[in-house]
Amino acid sequence: MTTANPTVGPYKRVARSLGTGAPVYVLLAVLLVALAATDPGFYEPDRFLAFVKRAAPLVILAAGQYLVIVCGEFDLSVGAIVTAGVVVAAELYGSYPDASWAVVTGGLLLAGALTGLVSGLITTKLRVPSFITTLGMMLILEGAVFFWTGGSPHGSLPEEFRRLGRGTAGGWLPWAVLACLVAGAAAVFLMRSDFGRTLIATGDSERTAALAGVRVHRVRVIAFVLSGVAAALAAVLVGGFSGVSAQAGRGYEFEAITAVVLGGVALGGGRGSVVAAMAGAFSLQALFTLLNLQGVSGALESTVQGVIVIAAVGLGAADFSRLRRRRTHLSGGTPS
Amino acid sequence: MTRRRPLAVAAALAAAALLTSCSSDMPADSAAGAASESAAKEGADKPSKFFQQAEYERQLTLAKATPEGPADKPWEQMLEPEMIDTAQYKKKGSGGTHLCFSNAGVFNPWRQVGLKDMKAEVKLHKEITGFTVLDAQGKDDKQISDIQELAGNKSCDALIVSPNTTATLTPAVKEACGKLPVIVFDRGVETDCAVTFINPIGGYGYGAVAADFLVDKVKPKGKILALRISPGVDVLETRWSAAKLAFDKSRLDVVDVKFTDGDPAKTKSIVADAISRHGSVDGVWMDSGATSVAAVEAFEDAGVDVPPITGEDQQDFLQAWKDKKLTAIAPTYPTFQWRTPVIAALRVLDGKQVPKEWKLPQPTVTQDNLDQYLQEGMPPLHYAMCGCQDLPGYPKDWGGKK
Repeated sequence: MTTANPTVGPYKRVARSLGTGAPVYVLLAVLLVALAATDPGFYEPDRFLAFVKRAAPLVILAAGQYLVIVCGEFDLSVGAIVTAGVVVAAELYGSYPDASWAVVTGGLLLAGALTGLVSGLITTKLRVPSFITTLGMMLILEGAVFFWTGGSPHGSLPEEFRRLGRGTAGGWLPWAVLACLVAGAAAVFLMRSDFGRTLIATGDSERTAALAGVRVHRVRVIAFVLSGVAAALAAVLVGGFSGVSAQAGRGYEFEAITAVVLGGVALGGGRGSVVAAMAGAFSLQALFTLLNLQGVSGALESTVQGVIVIAAVGLGAADFSRLRRRRTHLSGGTPS
Repeated sequence: MTRRRPLAVAAALAAAALLTSCSSDMPADSAAGAASESAAKEGADKPSKFFQQAEYERQLTLAKATPEGPADKPWEQMLEPEMIDTAQYKKKGSGGTHLCFSNAGVFNPWRQVGLKDMKAEVKLHKEITGFTVLDAQGKDDKQISDIQELAGNKSCDALIVSPNTTATLTPAVKEACGKLPVIVFDRGVETDCAVTFINPIGGYGYGAVAADFLVDKVKPKGKILALRISPGVDVLETRWSAAKLAFDKSRLDVVDVKFTDGDPAKTKSIVADAISRHGSVDGVWMDSGATSVAAVEAFEDAGVDVPPITGEDQQDFLQAWKDKKLTAIAPTYPTFQWRTPVIAALRVLDGKQVPKEWKLPQPTVTQDNLDQYLQEGMPPLHYAMCGCQDLPGYPKDWGGKK
């Protein structure tokens, strides 16, 4: 969706990158067709853009989560960062009603980066598994927000701040879609740079990467920082879209990980494309919309979601486990 | 690397389970509660299993009754009380009173406002020298041990309980009743061993008020969108079953019944989809008001007028109602009910009469009294029906500005 980059990309490369995430593209196509069948008006420009606007925060979160997962780690704190971001913005505006949009947004992005930096340093330097580090970070942020606000944030988010998540540029193009495009393009650019290659190499085999001269700790810390920034940007979009809520980011970490997994990215790292991860986010959003339009409600929604996630990942894993085993087997004979 | 992967997947699954389980703001039993496959398609003649005709009729009658007690202090009022003697609980000897409170948790803004009310009420009474609150964090097992601990604590003179879930907490409350006077409020338990049970009129009253408003305001054959938080929670199910009854009798067309999980972003998506799918939505019914502002915004973002809508006494909705000149109504589940257990406990320990079931009034915010309840400078998630304006620390302790 967001990856059209005409300068790079011979067909082979496209085919290869399609290969890792093939199930998700098929799934996305199926869901989009199903949406068209359910609701013929879905592809009217306004409505489709509104759909992309809704998906934007999740797509950005998925891109950030991808960076962390592909280098072999997890970031469970993104949902809490979103909640904290929305609440902190509301509190800031409660105390300084005239604060400028740029300052508040910049401050949030910086705070997101800082949170990622802390998670990254603890994971790499103290060797705490990222699963635990970010779980702890999630609890710390949730608790801190709760303690600070008593669960009831002050102030409200002014129109100016909410424009990015709610408004449109030129009267038709939602700002959130633009933000999503920019973040997506940046992620693709990053993954095609040297940094992207070292990131994947680190996830594939930390030891090999280290022996090849990659500073694996630094690479991982940067991935966490970028994930934190992505989460903060998502917070700006979510806060803009739906306003003050003490539970704004609830469940987002799970949805982001699901999106990445749907995109065929290996948990444990080393394989998968960021485009597929973002397509995974779109698929999830399309699935939610479809279930809503079909009148599936309540608990059954999670059930359908679960079945599709397992099926899509199972489909992807079927081929790759074989491929991977062969490769491991081959490399097993080489002296180290 | 290859060996690590199953571990990672297992970890992810564990995380998923953990996150979904602790991110709910409903009692633990709600997620596992009975999910109606498609509430929208339920036949009009099939009553919900949560529906009890007698209780429904009783609540509608209570809604019309005039409460006893001071009109300016609704938390001290009673609806059709049957008074009982409490001389057996009269506190012997002098010295201060120590009240103990087992709280289900403070997992949503409604409960947070309520707990602040209760703490401030305690400060009003000099004779209370100790007030112990144990927070069960929305966990039944923790609350069971909390109640056992407080009931066994010699310094507690009376025990106030706001149960997390009904059935699971019943044995613990029964056991505590044998040791000290127990006062239950907010949600019930399946025993009447407590000295008094305090709650407002109830869910049927709430749901019917909102539905009747729409029946009155929306033209016949208008399309109604019903938004609910989640299935299987009794206080919410009763709200919906009363509304469903009213809609079934009316000429309105309920086109969708959707669960929002109380999530504003999801609510916006649901409303936006409904508007485009049905061409228009002529009225919105809600079983609670936390997401009503999001619903209002969905109409604005779609570029259509906001139809008659129902909400709750949450500050952000009242503010939007006034600013955007909405056609709206807000039934309430008043947070001032958190003051009453403290008052009741002191009466019981004084040997004075209290009602066996202390039914509080359940006021409704309407166009006429909107200005009275909308308090400037309060935070967006504040509840107007807090009855807290005269309490020490107001408005600062509730997050407001003077």
